[in-house]
Amino acid sequence: MTDVLLSLKGLTKAYPGVVANDTVSFDIGEGEVHALLGENGAGKSTLVKMIYGLVKPDTGEMTLRGKPYAPAEPRQARADGIAMVFQHFSLFDALNVAENIALGMENPPPMADLASRIREVSENYGLPLDPYRTVGDLSAGERQRVEIIRCLLQDPKLLIMDEPTSVLTPQEVDILFQTLEKLRSEGTSILYISHKLEEIRTLCDHATVLRLGKNVGECVPAETSASEMAELMVGSALTPPERGSREFGEMAMDISGLSVPSPSAFGTALRNVHLTVRKGEILGIGGVAGNGQDELLSVLSGETLTANDAVKLHGQPIGKLGPTKRRALGVLAAPEERLGHAAAPDMSLTENAMLTGSVREKLEKNGFLNWAATKEFAERIIKDFDVRTPGPENAARSLSGGNLQKFVIGREVLQNPEVLVVNQPTWGVDASAAASIRQSLLDLAAKGAAIICISQDLDELMEISDSFAALNEGRLSAPRPAAGLSVEEIGLMMGGAHGMEVAHV
Amino acid sequence: MDLSAINPVLLIASLMVAATPLLLAAIGETVVEKAGVLNLGVEGMMIIGAIAGFATAVESGSPLLGFVAAAIAGAALSVLFALLTQFAQANQVASGLSLTLFGLGLSALMGQSYVGIKPPQMGKLDIPVLSDLPVIGPILFGHDLMLYFGIALTAAVWAVFKFTRVGLILRAVGENHDAAHALGYKVIKIRILAILFGGACAGLGGAYISLIRVPQWTEGMTAGIGWIALALVVFASWKPWRVLLGAYLFGGVTVVQLNLQAAGVAIPVEYLAMSPYLITILVLVILSADKSSAPAALGRNFHASR
Repeated sequence: MTDVLLSLKGLTKAYPGVVANDTVSFDIGEGEVHALLGENGAGKSTLVKMIYGLVKPDTGEMTLRGKPYAPAEPRQARADGIAMVFQHFSLFDALNVAENIALGMENPPPMADLASRIREVSENYGLPLDPYRTVGDLSAGERQRVEIIRCLLQDPKLLIMDEPTSVLTPQEVDILFQTLEKLRSEGTSILYISHKLEEIRTLCDHATVLRLGKNVGECVPAETSASEMAELMVGSALTPPERGSREFGEMAMDISGLSVPSPSAFGTALRNVHLTVRKGEILGIGGVAGNGQDELLSVLSGETLTANDAVKLHGQPIGKLGPTKRRALGVLAAPEERLGHAAAPDMSLTENAMLTGSVREKLEKNGFLNWAATKEFAERIIKDFDVRTPGPENAARSLSGGNLQKFVIGREVLQNPEVLVVNQPTWGVDASAAASIRQSLLDLAAKGAAIICISQDLDELMEISDSFAALNEGRLSAPRPAAGLSVEEIGLMMGGAHGMEVAHV
Repeated sequence: MDLSAINPVLLIASLMVAATPLLLAAIGETVVEKAGVLNLGVEGMMIIGAIAGFATAVESGSPLLGFVAAAIAGAALSVLFALLTQFAQANQVASGLSLTLFGLGLSALMGQSYVGIKPPQMGKLDIPVLSDLPVIGPILFGHDLMLYFGIALTAAVWAVFKFTRVGLILRAVGENHDAAHALGYKVIKIRILAILFGGACAGLGGAYISLIRVPQWTEGMTAGIGWIALALVVFASWKPWRVLLGAYLFGGVTVVQLNLQAAGVAIPVEYLAMSPYLITILVLVILSADKSSAPAALGRNFHASR
């Protein structure tokens, strides 16, 4: 094995009620791409925050090239050559690229010098960037470049990447991997966090698997199969959802020639969207975040009103009907943002059940609310969807992301929708919960509901959808049967590499 | 009605005086809001500055000392706001409103024995030759020091935002406090400093009213200038030079309407009195068609969680 760059010994970090990391130890070698694998909530993020100096470990120690390493703050970690690309981008929308990069440096050179260095480094690594563009206008792939360049300008010894590919098209992932390969060849170590196993198998030299905060195993990804790694991660074998063969019925929802201006400065306008979905069909809509997903959902759910005949349900125009009237007709939606959009964080689960269920479950009469029936409804959701909570009187905020997601999806599924629109139904949900959510969508479609599933997880879309379309800059590609689509074809439907080029170095 | 009694040179000179309290308070609030904090207590900090500056100037005989005391008093009151919002995580709107109510009440109490007293006069700039020039002299070179300080402060704030790292960090904190925290910047510390600066500026603005513009102390004498300052910051799209423009516009309309009242124009006094507020807001609303420059984290509390 190569020389050890960073060594972790017995790192432990506990938060009230949960041990995020429990005596985690492993080594990262010089010039090694080391994968950190694990489900959501396995403690990956906490661990890298300790390495980056954002969180202090309770016990345990780290050594960097043999010397004790205990960064009190990110500044110190950066000074020691540790750089990090964040999962949720740590960028400032209203500032330009150069300003964003200057903020991540200790002693930035004057702006003009910095701009030319950004040009130089970004060309060198095949990630061209204009230093004077406003970050709010960049695509997700370009934003990630900004973060990577910010790190590279400091000549890091260890680059930490937290789920870097979750926002990229397959083509953009290829470009990223080439950059990482180049970095490795120059001797930079990379700590790569992901739960996408195939990526790790192609890229990483070594992998450490975390489960519930503990190091449960190490492996060499190239020599280990994806299913073996998945078992290590989850702790048990997974059963993929079953899709029975289904007959598609008549047209349920029909959108034609829909254009909607962008609702906000950094939003996306929908441009000439055509879409049809039949009874019993699951239409999967892919695309990189920020290409009109939220806007499309709000057009379908009735939050954004449109020309009356742009949106039709069973041939009847409903474009001018609001969400409550659409719910009465059977068009239900579960938006992406769990806290704040799909659920009111500080209200109880019962109250949240009332919020969308009042129309179809008849929980309201002459302006008076039937709390007893609502509580029963909430309890039914909790039971049918295995939501882990002490009871329906608990606030939505108190549930973990995965449990709240099960509640949000279950709440809509149990109302027997005719058309169900979901956005990112399994985002941030662990694998077993995700599987049960997908199964419930398949079951619902088998009962004859039409489902539109917007997601950035291509594996998920391939698993459940009958036809597939992609959103790119507010335009929806023509839907194609999902069976037999290749990754390249999907990538091209998503807009390819968005004009970004690979390095020719 | 005799409009010829209005002297345009004196008019311009006095509009600059009328605008300065508003300018000082609004520039301070611009910095606070750029850091992502909405402090609605400007009116309260101004009136505390007004009485603290007035009392100190009267007791010590030095108006300059009065201004120093006003800045300290305004900043001291803003410490209360900083404690509530930055440490206790209290709602910024409610905390700001209560700060104004508290300031108005406290200033009335402090000022009981100062009603009807004349403060010491602050000397005006008097440069030989320059100050005696016709037209230009009284407009550019015949004012008190604080008025120039206000303009210099505007330029300084603009330059800090545009050219310095401190300004960049401040804007970053107001734009996305989570990202700033992740990069290792001390969000709370930066915001507290911004709040203190805003408090000191508001205090200076208040003292300018009680020591120079209307040299006397009356209860509630800031008369809503603090609220106009808040509106001005928003409508000026958080840009320092636009704040200056808006303040001068307000000052200008105020002075013109006073002159019109004196000249006996046949418009009811009430309409004239409301005109500065109406016209300033109207013009700035038109100017601020692009709202994109609002700090994205404005009014949101930051709490460092996991």
